[in-house]
Amino acid sequence: MMGWFQRFKGVLLILVVLSLWEAIVMLGWVNAKILPPPHAVAIKWWEYLTPQQPYDPESGNRMDWLLSGELIQDAMGSLYRVLAGFVIGTVLAIPLGLMMGASPPAYQLCNPLLQILRPIPPIAYIPLAILWFGLGNPPAIFLIVIGAFFPVLMNTIAGVRAVDGIFLRAARNLGASQATIFMRVILPASTPYILTGMRIGIGTAFIVVIVAEMIAVNNGLGFRILEAREYFWSDKIIAGMLSIGLIGLAIDQAMSLLNNHLLRWHRGLEH
Amino acid sequence: MTTAIAISGVDKIFPTPNGTVVALKDIQLEIESGQFVCLLGPSGCGKSTLLNAVAGFSLPDRGLITVNGKPVTQPGPDRGMVFQEYALFPWMTVAQNVGFGLEIKGTPAANIRTQVSALLKLLKLSEFGERYPRELSGGMRQRVAIARILALDSPILLMDEPFGALDALTRRSLQDELLRIWSELGKTVLFVTHSIEESIFLADRIVVMTYRPGTIKRDIRVDLPRPRDSAAPEFNQLKRELSELVLSEQALHEAAERLALTTD
Repeated sequence: MMGWFQRFKGVLLILVVLSLWEAIVMLGWVNAKILPPPHAVAIKWWEYLTPQQPYDPESGNRMDWLLSGELIQDAMGSLYRVLAGFVIGTVLAIPLGLMMGASPPAYQLCNPLLQILRPIPPIAYIPLAILWFGLGNPPAIFLIVIGAFFPVLMNTIAGVRAVDGIFLRAARNLGASQATIFMRVILPASTPYILTGMRIGIGTAFIVVIVAEMIAVNNGLGFRILEAREYFWSDKIIAGMLSIGLIGLAIDQAMSLLNNHLLRWHRGLEH
Repeated sequence: MTTAIAISGVDKIFPTPNGTVVALKDIQLEIESGQFVCLLGPSGCGKSTLLNAVAGFSLPDRGLITVNGKPVTQPGPDRGMVFQEYALFPWMTVAQNVGFGLEIKGTPAANIRTQVSALLKLLKLSEFGERYPRELSGGMRQRVAIARILALDSPILLMDEPFGALDALTRRSLQDELLRIWSELGKTVLFVTHSIEESIFLADRIVVMTYRPGTIKRDIRVDLPRPRDSAAPEFNQLKRELSELVLSEQALHEAAERLALTTD
């Protein structure tokens, strides 16, 4: 009995919060227009998730129909932007970070500029992004690149600088060339830091995508909750927010799996 | 006998905030090929500095070190180094660590596999090839580090207090192991230690160093038959003699430390 409680107490808390929420709306303590009850959110969510048109075998295959729900289309739009921006940001940040971490002259050259740019929140680039790229995916992806770039860069630099000198001495003793030391020693030794940076970077990318979608595009989860506000659909706003939360959680879990796989040698493993 | 390592007129000076420290002063040392030599002394006597100079990690400020006739200018696989901290690459398995030097040399993968498995067998590590270093005990890790160096087939082994971090029993079994490998493979060994007993147990020759400036205080041949018995009277006679030599340097080391603390 106790074991059952221990295992499911987290789920239990969620159920308690949902019940309280339902109760205060039912009792009329808050206006259901402002805070709709959970069952209304759940109904709206289902509508949001499922296809709007009935299935028509003439017009396409079943899979396309199943994925034609608004929520799925929005989620795919948001994920596309996050991944595109994150991949570009990471691909730019890792080599630059490795170079800056390994070479003091490169660090001294680039660091002042980067330190000035780094504190500027990606959101502050919105006006410029729209001026440069207009509306649509390009400004949104640009903002996400900025959001993902700095955490990955800073952690990569820190990772290279933290490489224990004894590994470099051991590698030189074995006759390793500079290139071998870089690829086989410095890169793997700094992987824990780089992955931490990537995890922070994709989290930032996910925050930025929601904001960018509120401004620059007309689909995606961020766009949808702002649109729902204009129609006073509080239930849809909350359904959209919870979807954002679940997708964020899924992304973080995926990063964590990647982490555990790449760092199976590392002593800080979580399992 | 040919000379494996020749050290002549070597000085090494380190700048510190409180002036310069003369770590090595006019070191002269010739080591014959196949000899097992221990550098013995208290912390700060420059024994590791000398080893690092021979390894090519930190070149001397004056003087010349040659290895098999060639001046030392950089680290290289002809002088395999075993570190006290093992220095295994934690992201590589045991087999990958041992094979890394061969891989760098460009040895074909099939040859690496056979050589690695022979070395793992030699060091009684056969079951652990696919393990990562973090899964192994300190003694096991040091066996891997020794196998990694033996893979280079370097004629000279440099060992920097390799067993210093191990418990007494593990240390003893690795000492036996090292002597067995040394006599089997005929390597020249330069071994840094601050353990008097370890040096008598292992060495053909013990070089006692002085505390700052680091010079050679005594160069003692050990002719006791192997395997050496640490309870034998000759062993203890030598131990007493070495203790006196080393402890007077240790006293200087402690006095200097006390002085540094009080003047801070």
